[in-house]
Amino acid sequence: MTARLSVQELSVRFPLRGGRTVAAVTGVSFDLDPGECLALVGESGCGKSVLASALLGLLPGNARVGGAALLDGLDLLTAGEKELARRVRGRRIALIPQSPASHLTPVRTVRSQMEETVRELTGAGGPKLRGAAEAAAERAEFPADHLDRYPHQLSGGLAQRAATALALVGEAPLLIADEPTTGLDRDLVDRTADELRRHVDAGRGLLVITHDLAAAERIADRVAVMYAGRIVELTGAASFFGAPGPRHPYARGLLEALPERSFTPIPGMPPELDALPAGCAFAPRCDRATGDCAAVPALAGSRAGAVACHHAYSHAPETADA
Amino acid sequence: MPEPISGPTHEPLPEPIPGPTREPVPGPATGSALEMRGVTAGYDRRAPVLHGASLTVGDGEAVGLLGPSGCGKSTLARVAALLHRPRAGTVRLAGRMAYGFRHRAPRELRTTVGVVFQQPRLAADPRLTLADLIAEPLRATGRRAEAPGRLPALAASVGLGGDLLARRPHEVSDGQLQRACLARALVLRPRLLICDEMTAMLDASTTAALVAAVEEYRREHGTALLAVGHDRVLLERWCDRTVDFGALLPR
Ligand code: SF4
Repeated sequence: MTARLSVQELSVRFPLRGGRTVAAVTGVSFDLDPGECLALVGESGCGKSVLASALLGLLPGNARVGGAALLDGLDLLTAGEKELARRVRGRRIALIPQSPASHLTPVRTVRSQMEETVRELTGAGGPKLRGAAEAAAERAEFPADHLDRYPHQLSGGLAQRAATALALVGEAPLLIADEPTTGLDRDLVDRTADELRRHVDAGRGLLVITHDLAAAERIADRVAVMYAGRIVELTGAASFFGAPGPRHPYARGLLEALPERSFTPIPGMPPELDALPAGCAFAPRCDRATGDCAAVPALAGSRAGAVACHHAYSHAPETADA
Repeated sequence: MPEPISGPTHEPLPEPIPGPTREPVPGPATGSALEMRGVTAGYDRRAPVLHGASLTVGDGEAVGLLGPSGCGKSTLARVAALLHRPRAGTVRLAGRMAYGFRHRAPRELRTTVGVVFQQPRLAADPRLTLADLIAEPLRATGRRAEAPGRLPALAASVGLGGDLLARRPHEVSDGQLQRACLARALVLRPRLLICDEMTAMLDASTTAALVAAVEEYRREHGTALLAVGHDRVLLERWCDRTVDFGALLPR
């Protein structure tokens, strides 16, 4: 089974006491096809985790949501909680959590957790259950001889695989991974990214939410850069990380800040989401800002590459190393 | 180099321990910022995480300590920061004995080292404003009066502007909270700053900004640095030299 996700003009607002509003996500649109990986990158607090919660129907009750998020025609934003719990979460969309350790139950073996999830999601029972749980473990390359261990007896890598195996039990065609590599060593990052990539190559769609640009480069087909709740650039991973590079000044600054590159921070800090400036939210930090930037730039372009900036870099990068 | 000490008990040390253990802090200290010899430490006496590790950080020097997670480098950082007592071996800070044979760290030595951890939300008391958080070590050492004079400039040097200081941890981002934790680590003007995976949870720009703030501060004050992490590219770019954790252990 495959699934196509189409997010259209998604906005999430949180009202605060005193009449102020947090604009966590504003006008976000993107498509995600089967067999494709989109990496959503940006700093903490840019709205990327709120976006994931919105897609999973896990926003707190006071959130006000606008727009649509269609998964094969079903609008995830308006579907009822019962529908989401019974037919969507785990079955059509699976979440690969940020910290596997906290997602696993510490007092039960991996096998017992796998079997419970298999029973819940597939209805398998009796003698079949054991085999189905083992097959599910194998899909995430979790070694069968570790199934009878408790979570604390697993290495970080194996705990991640156990959590991934649990997420994959329902054979959901769409995966959302929230910061799957945070706190992992570089070779474990690479391995985790490669394992996730295998599921993409097997035809699943994958939305990876991360601040780790190296992980995004390794796994993604396309990259969406979020700043202050909006997507400011959405483009192919090869052109983003390679030539000609990002076109949005923020995206460019983020990439240039890497120690592999110029290691120079973007000056200043992102704006507060409850007090966004009028116009382009990056303007106070942007060295290309002009009077035009008093108007919010729309995300314009094609599927091959879109950018929201009045003075985006052209395809000949001006600051590239000679 | 002295033989590293192993085993569960403190053996007499192979090198003499200078001076009485309770002398007051002398004037400007001399010697290396950090000198660890044959340090064995851990939480389970039969299976120490660290076994006979030795490491020197010269005065004003920046050393990057590289290793995979679980290798013991964070335990080493906690020993160096005087937060964890080793089972064997010696630790000197700014030339003065911190841990050794029947020797506990004198209180005053704690002010010679500042430390920043990976997860600011675990390290920061959620009830304090960022200003109180940064000033906490001053209060703990009875120097609260210095806070008004020192805080604004220190906060600005880590990129925290005025109204952020009045907020509490849940009202700021991870990056902003980590900036406050860095300022707190520096507020007593330590001779040695220890950054244990300080930027592992942060985006590229915030990482570069925090490293730039540390380096600016070190240029001005000559503070030594021990940066612990797993990102080789980052630590090689940041530090004077890097060492692999395995190289600290006896062969
Ligand atoms: S729209 Fe203007 S301020 Fe915003 S990123 Fe582009 S040039 Fe900079």
